[in-house]
Amino acid sequence: MTATTAAEKPPISLREIFSVFFWIGVFSFGGGLTGWVYREVVTKRGWMSDDEILSGIALAQVLPGANVTNLTVFVGNRLRGYSGAAIALTALISPPLVMCVLALWAYGFIQQISLLHAAVDGVAAAAVGLNIRLGIVGAVRVVRRVGPTITMLATFIAVGVLNWPLVPVVLVIAPLSIASVWPWKRNNG
Amino acid sequence: MDDQSNSSFAPLMALIAVLAPFSLVAIGGGPAIFAPLQHQAVEVHRWLTAREFIELFAVARVAPGPGSMLATLIGWKVAAWPGAVVATLAIFLPSSLLCIGVSRVWSRYRGRAWHQALEDGLAPIGTGLMFAGAVAIFKLANAGPLGWGLGIAVAGLLTLWPKLHPFLVLGLGAVVFVAVAAVPH
Repeated sequence: MTATTAAEKPPISLREIFSVFFWIGVFSFGGGLTGWVYREVVTKRGWMSDDEILSGIALAQVLPGANVTNLTVFVGNRLRGYSGAAIALTALISPPLVMCVLALWAYGFIQQISLLHAAVDGVAAAAVGLNIRLGIVGAVRVVRRVGPTITMLATFIAVGVLNWPLVPVVLVIAPLSIASVWPWKRNNG
Repeated sequence: MDDQSNSSFAPLMALIAVLAPFSLVAIGGGPAIFAPLQHQAVEVHRWLTAREFIELFAVARVAPGPGSMLATLIGWKVAAWPGAVVATLAIFLPSSLLCIGVSRVWSRYRGRAWHQALEDGLAPIGTGLMFAGAVAIFKLANAGPLGWGLGIAVAGLLTLWPKLHPFLVLGLGAVVFVAVAAVPH
């Protein structure tokens, strides 16, 4: 539906992709900052649509590996193919690689870290807020239709409340969810 | 080449042998493999003690990056910078290669009706998982009402001002938590 506008836009530079994911990497405290990827890629730059990145998030979570690296590969590939994915992943991973080793080194010197610990917990809680915000964006779109609303609630309850294992849950829900939105009318002539 | 080069190569191979397979089974990210990783690193290969493993886990949480960066720190313990780089590649490369394969198939069929249905069908699952993930992280971090309140407040702030810089928001979180911790109870 947005194919024409996408074709008219000039390709996104690898340098810009590197820069976006480098800074996400630097500030990705408290685990995956999927919400930040959304903000930089969709809200600020309009590189992808909401539905596109939300489906990418589902893929990223089902596939093995850290969610944020999978989403980074997905977005990088969507923007610039193999080189986009490689650049985005390298940019995302390099800063934390250096910073976590430095943190380990510093850890040897810091005995009294209760305030530091509090600061880190605060950053992590705020980071979760970014993800909740993304959940709200998705929910606003989802609740317009009955099927997807049930899918969203069922997924949340099974994984978030009942703590059922993610992969079997998604393997059961995904076909039902897709069936509920499938264009069943005979129009594939 | 000095005579140490041969002996310093073996630990790197051992890191790859342990971490690369974990990369492909870490469904849901790092937490899925922490238990088997501890078994391999502490009991089988004796790269570090159980106490050190816990410390590395805490440092990996404090530092930026996915939780799987724990592997990077284990690599650092085993063989310094070469170990850290090799461990990072071993834990992220296999899963990323699989992901780009799936992503390319996914992107190739954009615009088809069935692809739209897949996207529409997977998006609400992604949304549900975002909320579930928020709950999971709060549980894992043993967050109290302060953590929940801050997370929801941040979501509210970003809903009102979508372009608010994340750094401000994360800094706000740190300041609030430090202020609360610094106040004598």
